[in-house]
Amino acid sequence: MSDGFEIQYPGNALGNAAPAPVTPRDVPNRGGDQNPSGAALRQQFADAIERVDVVWGVTNVYVRPDRVLDIVRWLHDDSSQRYDYLSDVTAVEYRDLEAPIEVVWHLRSLPFRRELRLKAQLPKNKPLEIASVWSIYKCADWLERECFDMFGIRFIGHPDLRRILMWEQYREGFPLRKDFPLRGRFSRAEQLRQALAANPEARYSMEELSIADAFEDLPTDMRKRLKGGERTGE
Amino acid sequence: MGLTPRPEHRVVEYNPSSQEGWVATKLDFLVNWGRANSLWPMPFGTACCAIEFMATAASRFDLARFGMERMSFSPRQADVLICAGRVPFKLAPVIRRIWQQMPQPKWAIAMGACASSGNIFDNYAVVQGIDTIIPVDVYVPGCPPRPEGLMYGIMLLQEKVKSERMNDKTIRAEMEPDPKSKLYIPPPVIDELSEPFGNSVHQTRSGL
Repeated sequence: MSDGFEIQYPGNALGNAAPAPVTPRDVPNRGGDQNPSGAALRQQFADAIERVDVVWGVTNVYVRPDRVLDIVRWLHDDSSQRYDYLSDVTAVEYRDLEAPIEVVWHLRSLPFRRELRLKAQLPKNKPLEIASVWSIYKCADWLERECFDMFGIRFIGHPDLRRILMWEQYREGFPLRKDFPLRGRFSRAEQLRQALAANPEARYSMEELSIADAFEDLPTDMRKRLKGGERTGE
Repeated sequence: MGLTPRPEHRVVEYNPSSQEGWVATKLDFLVNWGRANSLWPMPFGTACCAIEFMATAASRFDLARFGMERMSFSPRQADVLICAGRVPFKLAPVIRRIWQQMPQPKWAIAMGACASSGNIFDNYAVVQGIDTIIPVDVYVPGCPPRPEGLMYGIMLLQEKVKSERMNDKTIRAEMEPDPKSKLYIPPPVIDELSEPFGNSVHQTRSGL
């Protein structure tokens, strides 16, 4: 990774005979052409693959939560897969209270023009924890922070798991969970009081790259505060 | 909006003990005329209302006709805060800080339904009207308001500025929020103002 990188053109692993990309038409709701990576995963990680199905033309692979990191690393590194782009990390909670929470990874292979959706199910009676893929895809940083902020799923191995959309002193819980009331848990006046109690400048900490870069230009009091090692959530 | 006649605020009250002299009233007139025709806006655009605000400032509608062509991106040099768009709770301390940095005399316009009342965003993240954070002079309805609507609001504000009197000490007093809760209006009133109404009463979605 450190010795430069080679420009990836979409479909360049398919060779000269690569068909031109076409817009899919008449895609069935269930079934249809499966992504070859599904079969390859079954062969490679037989015990870790729970189910493979195709929904609206995209292959879903349900994997065991404890094997996610191995599987994603293999998909990224293996020369027959080359999933070099992570487009989203998110989660789904279903209305059925018994149903587990699903963590979803959307992977894209530019060289092979493939799209794969990985899913891992986290049962609700255990702590919501899963391995972070940050060591493979650096873009997972903010995606996993958002997922943590909204669902409360802890990504083990994430370098800086803080809230990203809500402010860090936010104490009402995880907004996208089904047991979270739409208007929040506190009264409006209490929400406003807590929001106004925050110092707008305290949102910045040295973890933010732009702040570290602009450190010399900051006002003196802010520099002093940041130098003292103060972090945003404190 | 244009159908009902505008109420006449400037009704002459005759009270000989509180009347100002000729010089004071003429000076008032001059100062207010100057202020009303050179309001410098501090644009606080957070959403689609800001697009309409930009249209208002651009050549077709031309806010410069009202002496507002100079957008003041520093609150220290601004006269009127125009909040265009929804304000999430995360932004509440920011707009409060900007308001407190503005020198007197200052006014505020809540542009659009979100800034005035929270609009459809009756959820955990959005402030239910910026009047719960800062004092507001003019509310402009609409989602978003057309440039004509904003200009009507600005003209209302100019009316307000023109009717101010120097010996009225309450106008220039800086409102201080309650030191404990940091709110301008008491918490029960905020709760009452933010109460859902109409169809949104049924949209709690709590407890599934």
